[in-house]
Amino acid sequence: MFSFCTDPAALEGFRWLSCYLTTGKHMSMYWAVGTVLLLLAITAPTALAFGFAGASAARSNVAPLRWIGKTYIAVVRGIPDIAFFLFFVIALDQAFEYIRHRIKCPDWDEPVRQGNDFIVCTAAKLPLGNAPQWVHETYGFLLAVLTFAIVFGAFAANVLFGAMRAVPRGQLETAEAYGMSRRQTFWRVLVPQMWVYALPGLSNLWMVLIKATPLLFLLGVEDIVYWARELGGAKQPQFTEYPHPDWRMWYFAALLVFYLCFTKVSEVVLGRVMSKLTHGQATAAGEAQRKAAA
Amino acid sequence: MSCWETIADYALRSQGIGERLLPRTDFTLCQQFTLIGSGMIWNIYFGVVALCSGFFLATAVAMGKAARNPWFRKPAEWFIFIFRGSPLFIQFFFAYFVFLSLKDVSSFFNPLTSAWAGALVVLFLNTAAYSGEIFYGALQSIPKGDTEAADAYGLSGWSRFRRVIWPTMLRLAWPAYTNEAIFLFHATTLVFFSGFPATQQRGDALYYANYFADKTFNPFVPYPILAGYFIILTLIVIGLFGLINNRLNRHLPQDVRKKVKVRPQIIR
Repeated sequence: MFSFCTDPAALEGFRWLSCYLTTGKHMSMYWAVGTVLLLLAITAPTALAFGFAGASAARSNVAPLRWIGKTYIAVVRGIPDIAFFLFFVIALDQAFEYIRHRIKCPDWDEPVRQGNDFIVCTAAKLPLGNAPQWVHETYGFLLAVLTFAIVFGAFAANVLFGAMRAVPRGQLETAEAYGMSRRQTFWRVLVPQMWVYALPGLSNLWMVLIKATPLLFLLGVEDIVYWARELGGAKQPQFTEYPHPDWRMWYFAALLVFYLCFTKVSEVVLGRVMSKLTHGQATAAGEAQRKAAA
Repeated sequence: MSCWETIADYALRSQGIGERLLPRTDFTLCQQFTLIGSGMIWNIYFGVVALCSGFFLATAVAMGKAARNPWFRKPAEWFIFIFRGSPLFIQFFFAYFVFLSLKDVSSFFNPLTSAWAGALVVLFLNTAAYSGEIFYGALQSIPKGDTEAADAYGLSGWSRFRRVIWPTMLRLAWPAYTNEAIFLFHATTLVFFSGFPATQQRGDALYYANYFADKTFNPFVPYPILAGYFIILTLIVIGLFGLINNRLNRHLPQDVRKKVKVRPQIIR
């Protein structure tokens, strides 16, 4: 990276460290931080959409739709989340391959499950066997995002379902009195008003989502946990220009600090947003703000 | 091989008792049920021991955070922030590598590099931080009248804490603490997926479920079995904590008692 890095063995102290921390592999680790942020940026809105759909389904008038919504919400209770993550990644992968298999190879006559193996025709493989490496990585990442969105969508659905019920009944009755249809009441009155009630739950969920990102490692994505293990392990002088003993402890300490800072920043930002939203609202927090100002 | 033989061979496999080799081919439902159930021993062990020991530290941390003296308050606040603000998964990894380097210092630390002690320490500290925050919240919402009544009776110091503040705090915190207990049990599944090795394939329930899913390429059998076991465990926890809740609230009329209600979960 720097011009004085040509002979690392001759360097000492700070200069050695600055060279060490900018090697190609370390750069990959910094990119992995970007992966985590990207995951958060994609998952949060997707999970919110899933949650919104789930919550709307759970309060639907159509019984089967309501059952689906309620089951989706209820299924997250009682089961460890990490089991979901491990389950969905394989299940989704197989589901996609199975659907493609049915479409692309209709005249395939062998069963898909043969004993312990799951076999689809070569054209249905996802990603295709001859695809470049980055396609494999992107596919893995997308599967992970979908898994996160499904699991967190269920949490979000629960929060939004509660928020929809927290909107005062009088508001909906007023809308009905004005002759609005069910659909109009939902979109024009219920949805705009529910966010104040949903925000505490959703910000809590955001914190939880931040803390769930290391689980990407379990889904086979090369994330920061992977790189911390990889780079921290003891390095012999034969194989690298920067030999060092087992430093994994320090790498994980750095990750710990990274997550703590991330949580702290989110806490502060969400606190600001919340105080903006409660400003002028007829809730206990809004009342407290008014009193403090007076 | 009949199912009884399988149970005899594998029921205590997670403790290293019984058949040494895990099944490799022709997996039966019975094998999956037995081995995953055998792994549950670890989950229950981690959960119960961490919960029982963490309870006392949690009370201390909550008292510390509520204290006026900054020498007590600041460490308690930092303790809670560090353990609640970072992922448990990273905490496990970090602790494991810290214990590995402590091992070089003295052989006294040897047991900490294996899961039964090392992961337990992490879970103990983690649950103490989460429950400490819950107890702190309850401590803040103790009705003013209760403490005033204690003062009026001339109670002070330890007896005031023991007879008035502590029982009220527990009573108010109990529904949230039940949730904490449930999700602590769920969190125990992370142990063998972080740094801690499962020596001789003695793992917990998720370890075996993952083993079967990897070997059979079929996640639709082992994971639902695991889910079933955890739902049963959750129901038992809710039942036991509900009994304690009744005892804590026995002086209150039925309709003012707070019900234990399971909320969706908190990932750590």
